[in-house]
Amino acid sequence: MIPVLLILIPLLTGLVAFFVKNEKSVKGWALASSVITLAVSLIGLTVLKDPEYFAQRYEWMGSLNSSFSVKLDGLSQILCLLNAVAFPLIFIATWKTVYAKANNFFALMLLMQAGMMGVFVAADALLFYFFWELALIPAYFLCSQWGGPRRIQVTFKFFIYTFVGSLLMLVGLLYIYFHTPGRSFDITAFYNAALTSKEQDWLFWLLFIAFAIKMPIFPFHTWQPDTYEQSPTAVTMALSGVMVKMGVFGLLRWLLPVLPLASWRWGDTTSTLAVVGMIYASLIAIQQDDIKRLVAYSSIAHIGLMCVTIFSLNNIGMQGVMIQLFNHGINIIGLWIGAEWIERQMGTRKLSELGGLAQKAPALAIFFVVIALANIALPLTNAFVGEFLMFTGIFSSIATHYSLWFTVLAGVCIILAAVYTLNLIRKIFYGNVSAAVSAAGDIRLSEKLALGVIVILIVWIGIYSQPFLRITEDISADITNGIINRPEIARYLTR
Amino acid sequence: MFIDYYIILSVALFCIGIVGVLTRRNAIIIFMCVELMLNAVNLLLVAFSKMHHLTPPKKELAAVAGTDGQIFVFFIMVVAAAEVSVGLAIIVMMYRNIHSVDVNFLNRLKH
Amino acid sequence: MQNSLQIAWLIPLFPLIGFLINGLGRKQLSKSMIGVIGSGVILASFVMSIWVFLQVKDGNTHVATYFDFINAGKLKISFAFQIDQLSSLFLLIITGVGFLIHVYSVAYMHEEKTEHFGRYFSYLNLFVFSMLLLVLGANYVIMFIGWEGVGLCSYLLIGFWFKKDEYNKAANKAFIMNRIGDLGFLIAIFWIISKAGSVNFPDVFAAATGKFNGKEFTTTDITCITLLLFVGATGKSAQIPLYTWLPDAMAGPTPVSALIHAATMVTAGIYMVARSNILYSMSHLVMNVVWVIGLATAILAATIALKQNDIKKVLAYSTVSQLGFMFLALGTGAYVAAVFHVMTHAFFKALLFLGSGSVIHAMGGEQDIRKMGGLNKRMKITSMTFLLGCLAIAGIPGFSGFFSKDAILAGAFGRSPVIYAIALGAALLTAFYMFRLYATVFRGTFRGTHDQEHHLHESPSAMTVPLIILAILSVVGGWIGIPEFMASGANKLNEFLAPVFASSNQFLESRGRLHEIDHNTEWMLTGLSSLLIILVVVFAWNKFSRKPELAETKGLGRVLENKWYVDELYDTIIVKPLNWLGGVLNSVVEKDVIDGLVNGVGRAVNYGSRQLRLLQSGQVANYVLLMVLSMLVVFVLQFFLRK
Repeated sequence: MIPVLLILIPLLTGLVAFFVKNEKSVKGWALASSVITLAVSLIGLTVLKDPEYFAQRYEWMGSLNSSFSVKLDGLSQILCLLNAVAFPLIFIATWKTVYAKANNFFALMLLMQAGMMGVFVAADALLFYFFWELALIPAYFLCSQWGGPRRIQVTFKFFIYTFVGSLLMLVGLLYIYFHTPGRSFDITAFYNAALTSKEQDWLFWLLFIAFAIKMPIFPFHTWQPDTYEQSPTAVTMALSGVMVKMGVFGLLRWLLPVLPLASWRWGDTTSTLAVVGMIYASLIAIQQDDIKRLVAYSSIAHIGLMCVTIFSLNNIGMQGVMIQLFNHGINIIGLWIGAEWIERQMGTRKLSELGGLAQKAPALAIFFVVIALANIALPLTNAFVGEFLMFTGIFSSIATHYSLWFTVLAGVCIILAAVYTLNLIRKIFYGNVSAAVSAAGDIRLSEKLALGVIVILIVWIGIYSQPFLRITEDISADITNGIINRPEIARYLTR
Repeated sequence: MFIDYYIILSVALFCIGIVGVLTRRNAIIIFMCVELMLNAVNLLLVAFSKMHHLTPPKKELAAVAGTDGQIFVFFIMVVAAAEVSVGLAIIVMMYRNIHSVDVNFLNRLKH
Repeated sequence: MQNSLQIAWLIPLFPLIGFLINGLGRKQLSKSMIGVIGSGVILASFVMSIWVFLQVKDGNTHVATYFDFINAGKLKISFAFQIDQLSSLFLLIITGVGFLIHVYSVAYMHEEKTEHFGRYFSYLNLFVFSMLLLVLGANYVIMFIGWEGVGLCSYLLIGFWFKKDEYNKAANKAFIMNRIGDLGFLIAIFWIISKAGSVNFPDVFAAATGKFNGKEFTTTDITCITLLLFVGATGKSAQIPLYTWLPDAMAGPTPVSALIHAATMVTAGIYMVARSNILYSMSHLVMNVVWVIGLATAILAATIALKQNDIKKVLAYSTVSQLGFMFLALGTGAYVAAVFHVMTHAFFKALLFLGSGSVIHAMGGEQDIRKMGGLNKRMKITSMTFLLGCLAIAGIPGFSGFFSKDAILAGAFGRSPVIYAIALGAALLTAFYMFRLYATVFRGTFRGTHDQEHHLHESPSAMTVPLIILAILSVVGGWIGIPEFMASGANKLNEFLAPVFASSNQFLESRGRLHEIDHNTEWMLTGLSSLLIILVVVFAWNKFSRKPELAETKGLGRVLENKWYVDELYDTIIVKPLNWLGGVLNSVVEKDVIDGLVNGVGRAVNYGSRQLRLLQSGQVANYVLLMVLSMLVVFVLQFFLRK
């Protein structure tokens, strides 16, 4: 029941929102809808324990052996929670932003949320693919209609990238479908597909590239900074906070368990790509003058770390990835809220034109600094827990001989992260008041509310992460053990 | 009677048709050449169905043995008639529009 | 029954509460309220610390576990405090010196606006909180939390006057340099986790010495872990090669320099090595690395301090140099001496910094010693206490620095007379530059502007009282560690700390690496070093009282003044190439190579379709010809391929 509700609420309210012409009321409508979704998600997380609430199956396309089958396990729970938390935050933080044709904007936002919910709960490959595309289409329209001056060109790039990824994925999924026992799209059938190791190899790359584009992993990332820069910030928040998690989710749910041998074999290659990408993105982030582009590249580096950890196939690291999915979503939304407010007030996102904002907007400065410190994984912030577990996982990995190197190189990115994040803070908030900043006021209640929630979450998870770690305990053990305990791999390990 | 004669005749007709289509510019002549090619095929179908049909598996089917190819021909003739009516209508329209039936004038799709 | 020390969580809690109250209420509260709260919470912690210390002195040590900090898979890291001799001693230093500096700050910072005053005290409270976490942590992760926390506070306080971009850059530099070290620390933690499965101190040490849950460190493990931990220590404790941030950190308010960049935070590295002493003792190689680095830093920083003209910079380099001494002690196995020196150094260096703060305060923000001089007439208390501090740091017999430095030198002699000689050289340099500083600032005639001279005054009592208390401590603080050869059984500190280093000493002794020096030799060494130091002091006093060094320096002096050009070197070999690489990646690789490839695919498709379009000539005959030809090709292909 819960997963169906999670999809239906934003879907239906989104469709209704098309017809609410008044701007104020459509904003309220969208916010109310997202809060209800959050409530449902929280109820599912805390109150209900009976498994019948968490899985549902309806007939859909019987002739293809595909059903509308959804379920919530730990991984889905935490991502649905992120999705449900993110949208109210986005709506509150951008309450003051004015959109042309607000009804269409908010309707599409809600549809996007519905699509992403569907991705996270789908237990059927065809359904997964369906929602994957469903989430993409509103994103396309949101960027192309409400974006910045270069939006058409950039959205085209975004669309082509993700579409290529989707097609590769479709081919891969269909091929696996034809090799499942009894030709079914059901996820358990996919997990039992009879694939030779050669087939796994090329299927792995089809799916990996699809997910890597979404995450994004070097060198499939160039759509991202452009899109983040040109999209309206509310959309950027949804894209970077939630949608890129679809890629990571895809790896965890549809790649590792379906193609375990290939994941084991290609782990070093993908990890190398991710590590190279991390350093690459960090170095570029240092060079950026645009707040949005800087945050975009920092996001590439952070997601890269998740990718390395996933392929290190270590239970501790896997838990780190899962909690970090949530943390990164929250933190980056916080950074975007700051960026959005700065752009709205100052009319510029250029670091070189900003400065001294701490004197004008001390409240924003405090919130932003806390979030930025979480971005560099300072202890007692949420990201420390995640990154600590992830690094532990990488270092203790038995899946690779190069764990020390991966740890050191990824660790260098922690230093580089400190460089660009502190520079960001210094150039925006410290120093003398620049011309662009001189007329600025401080943030208002709506931003304070959103940022306050984020900071509370950051500190809470940073100090006491147990409730969050417990959500993903079982699923991460399942995923890693599912691979490590494969007879072929177990034999290799004992040797 | 050998089938070779029929084959040679229909190949000759077909080639005449092709050459006509390739070399002439007058739409009506091209049209006639297309018809010629169709009829070459028709001839071949009739010839093969009369002389090279299978021996029927049951006796009561002997009366209809070797007629399937000829039935095809009837279909082709019916379709060709319909096609002629449409095709001639197109040519008439073409003449009304450009006062010519030269197909080389009709290259606007290029742009 | 629960151990009464379980309540130790109160110690860091007080400063945390102070941080929250001052941070959130910085606009509502009055300055005096902020001052009272800020200092009061530290006093409360100090009182608690004394109680804890007395408990520990009675032999009650305890590991207090509170909750699971991280519990994932097989990894379980609890939020736990370890209260033993080492941590209780550090608690006293941190809260005691911290309290004095808080009181001093109330007067020193009174000209700030209320909200910045509140911000200052909240940062300072947060710092004490983090530092207490660092020393109380019962495992490497909790220690690391405090470790990064103090780095953060240091960053915030260095950039406290955030309007000056220069200060902000110094703050960034401090944080990033520390981060480099922290990476080493982190990797060491990962190493420990992957090999021992636990980060609790007792478990890790058990894994090193014997068996812990069937897990054991190999020699390589121990070497790498200790080396990586030491990398962390070089960052935090400003050793070669990561020391350059500390002198720049003097951009912060002077009490901050006293508390963070002299007395407490920078000794975190020494605390960490002392805490992990058994690991270090087991790796002879890393011990050697530690003392080599320590000695080199001590000498290098001392030479730079010779020619600095900023009063705080001299003290900063002197701090780096003294920290080098502490590492020298650690590296030679004289752990108690290192901790001893941490303590005495906290007293006299805090005193010196606060004294310099008092001077700067009186001079209206002037820090250049060439513009001072003759201050002893106008600032009696500051001058007297500063002199006591100088005597202590120089190691004049009877003062605290004498005993701790002597213990370090004795340890060095035990290892090798050569080390002793070099270390003694560094000690002589220390005496020289300290008295150059003292004589230039307080002796002679005043060289500042007329306005400044008019303004000169002794600081208020909130500043002088801490100075006096610290001066007393600087004199008597060493008496708890009077060496064995002077008075039998007088080395109370050694006795107190013995349990912490027991297994280490046992191990070193079993390997024959613990060298006892006989009492006669020790008398001789002490006599020699004292004599030389006194000579140097007298020489420097005379030289600079009469004729201070005001002219432009030349030759080697210039190199020293420019800090051996190390900053420039780092800039050239690390910062600039990285920036260049980033620029190339940003403008060439990203735009041309990757995007070029992606756009290239699009362009290729575009070009191809343009070429293919030529086939669409619009001539019916062409189409038919093409059709016929293609059919022929198909026939021919089929004809040949069938064979």
